[in-house]
Amino acid sequence: MATYKETFASLDRAVLIPFFVIGDPDFDTSLGLVKSAIDAGADVLELGIAFSDPIADGPTIQAADIRAIKSGMTVDRGLEFIKLVTDYKPVPVGLLIYYNLVFQYGTEKFFADFKAAGGSSILIADLSIDDADEVIPAAEKAELETVFMVTPNTRDDRAKIIAEKSTGFIYTVSTLGVTGARSALSDMVKPLIARLKAITDTPVCVGFGISSADQAKQVADAGADGVIIGSKIVKMIENNLGDIAAMTKEISDFIKEVKSAL
Amino acid sequence: MIEKGRFGQFGGFYVPEVLIPALEDIEAAFLHYKDDPKFVADLDNLYKNYAGRPTPLYYASRFSEYVGFRVYIKREDLLHGGAHKTNNTLGQGLLAKYMGKKKIIAETGAGQHGLATAMAGALFGLETKIFMGAVDVERQSVNVHKMKLCGAEVVPITAGSGTLKDAINDALRYWTSHVEDTFYIFGTVCGPHPFPTIVKHFQSPIGKEAHEQVLKETGSLPDMVVACVGGGSNAMGIFSGFIDDKDVKLIGVEPAGHGLDTGEHAATLVAGTIGIFHGAKSYLLQDKEGQVHETESISAGLDYPAVGPEHCMLKDAGRAEYVSVEDKDVLDTFHLFTKLEGIIPALESTHALTWLVQQKGKFSADTTIIANLSGRGDKDVGIVEEHSPV
Repeated sequence: MATYKETFASLDRAVLIPFFVIGDPDFDTSLGLVKSAIDAGADVLELGIAFSDPIADGPTIQAADIRAIKSGMTVDRGLEFIKLVTDYKPVPVGLLIYYNLVFQYGTEKFFADFKAAGGSSILIADLSIDDADEVIPAAEKAELETVFMVTPNTRDDRAKIIAEKSTGFIYTVSTLGVTGARSALSDMVKPLIARLKAITDTPVCVGFGISSADQAKQVADAGADGVIIGSKIVKMIENNLGDIAAMTKEISDFIKEVKSAL
Repeated sequence: MIEKGRFGQFGGFYVPEVLIPALEDIEAAFLHYKDDPKFVADLDNLYKNYAGRPTPLYYASRFSEYVGFRVYIKREDLLHGGAHKTNNTLGQGLLAKYMGKKKIIAETGAGQHGLATAMAGALFGLETKIFMGAVDVERQSVNVHKMKLCGAEVVPITAGSGTLKDAINDALRYWTSHVEDTFYIFGTVCGPHPFPTIVKHFQSPIGKEAHEQVLKETGSLPDMVVACVGGGSNAMGIFSGFIDDKDVKLIGVEPAGHGLDTGEHAATLVAGTIGIFHGAKSYLLQDKEGQVHETESISAGLDYPAVGPEHCMLKDAGRAEYVSVEDKDVLDTFHLFTKLEGIIPALESTHALTWLVQQKGKFSADTTIIANLSGRGDKDVGIVEEHSPV
């Protein structure tokens, strides 16, 4: 399995990280989409396990969570999915999940089983650095990387602590808000990247609201080590429900377009 | 954060990073102002002259005669706005004002917290937005109208079950995008720290007054204090006045909806398991995986799958006991109590009264119990008429 470090080091451009909700719109279609995203050039994958109450997510990913849950997704099936993805190609897989799902599974067991499925890091959307001690021992024991979020309103002293505790990368939220495609790039993102670059060598990957190849390039040009694109891709699933071929083509074409822009 | 906001293993602040600075600001302001003489004087003045505190403690003689023991009613239904919620929104609204915020938001279930927030918004001149589940907007239309009259915008939420949990989800999402100029007035003793502590603080006059009033009236402390529990703010308010009096039994009454065995209820402490939801660790109605259940109660204000972390601690410590009563019995009590006392109780508060009805004849005649009548039932007349016409 490729590590984040190797992946970041091997590329002289920003890393492209598409996001999918596992099992959206159903297990098999979702697996096909993720495989074709890898084939189209995804360097790293960010995958989410659906939750009933995703408070960090906007309407697009909420709808994807509902589709996934309705199609029968469970945490166990999610881990099975990740295993099939990492068996297909050894790309690093970061997981985005809400804390209650991890807590009910058993934190230590969840981290161990995720590692066994070939995953690289677990980011818990509703667990801040203040409670990092609840998961870091489990991550260390499972030999997983750690990823925590920084937002535009995170103060420098706090961002430093987050950078120190993130061994994989810093999930850098481009704007104040929930996930969702936005027509314009937040004017908060460039100063935020510059601020982080001044205080840490930990890779900075930027997500939330990045919706086009042009925006991805702007983020990369501002110094980001990686670009995470979620809602824009998930919207392509929503727009093509019932036509898997069209869905797959639109997403693959988009990933290729972004990749060539980076 | 200055404090961790823990109640034993419960509580905390499990939220996305973006909300941490806003919670830190609220915590700092609360700790700074809560004992500030000017803030305290301003709030006391509002409690007394705007909202009508202290509320009376009333000996319900006919209801007492019916159940066979002495029942005193803490009349939060007489508070301005019609429920205890005003205690909290005046406190948090004043805090928002002192912090220089221009906008406030809130979630609401029964609409009482929404209305109390809308009133505070008007009073303090703050732009107000209320998030309310679409189902609740329909079943509590009178309160929706009142909120609008106060100048608030009401945002109906259609996601999920269209009830309180969905309203909180969307209020949190909205807050994430507007943290810099907006104060979130959380309505109950749930959610991330510092809300459980702040809301308890602003609801504590209920318990403090009841403690003084019952001593003055009867010369001794009551045997029990009973309150309904959804998120648990009215219960925490009245319990707080008696928590150090170890001989006073504390009883929290949860909504058993259609019955605990049907799975269609919102009796979190009675039937839930520990989880992490809406920013706190607490008992929670959830499946094995941790997906959070949609709940069921005739009372919109109790229709919520989580509960205040301090209640969870009180339950585990054995300091408070939590029980549940079903919708159908609540409806019967609503009629019974109204006929006996000429007081129309909110369906939420009627849960506490229903437990008392179920104890009929079980306690000695000199047993004294205080029940918190957290709100008045004008808002529920339509629902009651629909389910059990007069």
